[in-house]
Amino acid sequence: MQSKKEFCLCDKADDIRKILVEMIGRLGTGHIGGALSIVDVLTVLYFGEMNIDPGNPQKPDRDRLVVSKGHAGPALYATLAEKGFFPMEEIKTLNQPGTNLPSHCDMNKTPGIDMTAGSLGQGLSAAVGMALASKLDKIDNYIYAIIGDGESQEGQIYEALMYAGNKQLNNLIIFQDNNKMQIDGMTAEINSVEPFDKKGEAFNLFTQRVNGHNHDAIKQAIKRAKNQKKQASLIILDTIKGKGFDVAEAKGVGCHNMSYDEQAWRSYCNKWEA
Amino acid sequence: MLDNREMRQVYCDKLLEMAKNNANIIIFEADLMKGSGTERFFKEYPDRAFDVGVAEANMVTVAAGMSTYGKIPFCTTFAPFATRRCYDQIFISVAYAQRNVKITGTDPGITAEINGGTHMPFEDMGIMRNIPTMVCVEPTDEAMLDSLMPQIAAHNGPVYIRLFRKKAEKIYETGEKFDLFKAKSIKKGKDCTIVCSGIMVSKAIAAEQELLKQGYDVGILNVATWKPLDKQAILESAKETGCLVTAENHSIINGLGSAVAELLCEVSPVPLKRVGVRDIFGEVGKMDYLEKKLQISAADIIDAVKNAIEMKNGKAL
Repeated sequence: MQSKKEFCLCDKADDIRKILVEMIGRLGTGHIGGALSIVDVLTVLYFGEMNIDPGNPQKPDRDRLVVSKGHAGPALYATLAEKGFFPMEEIKTLNQPGTNLPSHCDMNKTPGIDMTAGSLGQGLSAAVGMALASKLDKIDNYIYAIIGDGESQEGQIYEALMYAGNKQLNNLIIFQDNNKMQIDGMTAEINSVEPFDKKGEAFNLFTQRVNGHNHDAIKQAIKRAKNQKKQASLIILDTIKGKGFDVAEAKGVGCHNMSYDEQAWRSYCNKWEA
Repeated sequence: MLDNREMRQVYCDKLLEMAKNNANIIIFEADLMKGSGTERFFKEYPDRAFDVGVAEANMVTVAAGMSTYGKIPFCTTFAPFATRRCYDQIFISVAYAQRNVKITGTDPGITAEINGGTHMPFEDMGIMRNIPTMVCVEPTDEAMLDSLMPQIAAHNGPVYIRLFRKKAEKIYETGEKFDLFKAKSIKKGKDCTIVCSGIMVSKAIAAEQELLKQGYDVGILNVATWKPLDKQAILESAKETGCLVTAENHSIINGLGSAVAELLCEVSPVPLKRVGVRDIFGEVGKMDYLEKKLQISAADIIDAVKNAIEMKNGKAL
């Protein structure tokens, strides 16, 4: 029997990574590591799962995403540009004076951004608020949130998980980007947040753990999450910080906010063309 | 004479009245719905009332998230926890994110009484007024709160409401109209003007009456909204009386006195004396004890007015 081919938006994810690596590369420095680790979940969401309209970013019944680890904004900008929310040319304005693409996500500047973030630990609560508002307004949509594993050291994350669990927000799907690194070192050594799956279960969330770079695994996990009738979902994505860009991956913990030269990003972006 | 209704009752009455015609009015509590007086809202609109438990940071950020759907959340708890405890959440997820969220802090300053120093904020307006776009208002009595609530709801942006919970001294007649962004003159004077808000208004009136007996003609300007400050009204008072006294149930650092001083020294310097808490913590006690201990009584206002007038007349203090 022929095995079913795994779902993969690999080319799309590669394109987004190229945009992202070039975007930060042209600037010379930026939060490349934790941006690259969430590219695959963003790809699955924006090119597979989410009900959104680039021509109408404020569509009332749209699905929403809160990137609570707001420093990963450039990954979202690359994805939104690829999806057509704004012209690809604008990518070059990242962090330039007067830009609509600031280092951290800003809902009032960038078309397609649903919540401002930057001070870690807050975005998940905002996503909980959106899920409650959808219930109140009887809007049949999903609210997605992406939190970091380092971010999960913030106490407010647990206030939000507790409330999401108790409110049975089955329209809320939380991803934890478990790239295992934070600015000062390995998360496990600084102040471990594991076992995070047990924490999710303890807060009465439907909790799964999957390979955060496997599109099929992410898609299946979302499908299972959407089948939950009375539980909010937590999907722990095991990821690699700097995923795909060898220069960043090799830097390990140092890739959180790093500099790299033009040769590095050009060489990465050209490798598909050889 | 006291008002007929407690301020928290007026607060909830207005919320219920507004909620009837505006489905976007929702409320949040952090385990103090009885204290805040919003229990009736929870009964009447259970779907639009949220008690997050003892989790103020989560409360204001969840409210910010709901406001992205056009909801107008009113988040209420004791003032220190409504401001200090969740300052960064208010700063980033509410104000910086341009969310239309109202924060109500109850039991300001000495009105926290026997809850003591942990619950007695003299800095709440100060830290809130440091947040760009935040409107900071301290209503005085039943009539004023009744008039301001719909304006607060209609203002598209964050507002901090500093709310005395119990029966206030009645200053205004029922039905009197107020403008959220305008100071209200209670009396014009010639010698000095007392600029005040909240529970300090009745103390200012007592001080003014005593000073009148002693031959001073003193004005009173009720500045409920500390930010944005009604600059015109304050500058006019300064011009009319040549000196000012501010009276606040708050720290003199970054409070009403600071706001007035900032305005005066940049535009039109005149002698100014500030009556307020002088950089010390609160403690347990009834209001009559605390106002004396912390030097914010009518007697302190009287002394300050005399000092201001002496300064105006060129006497060194």
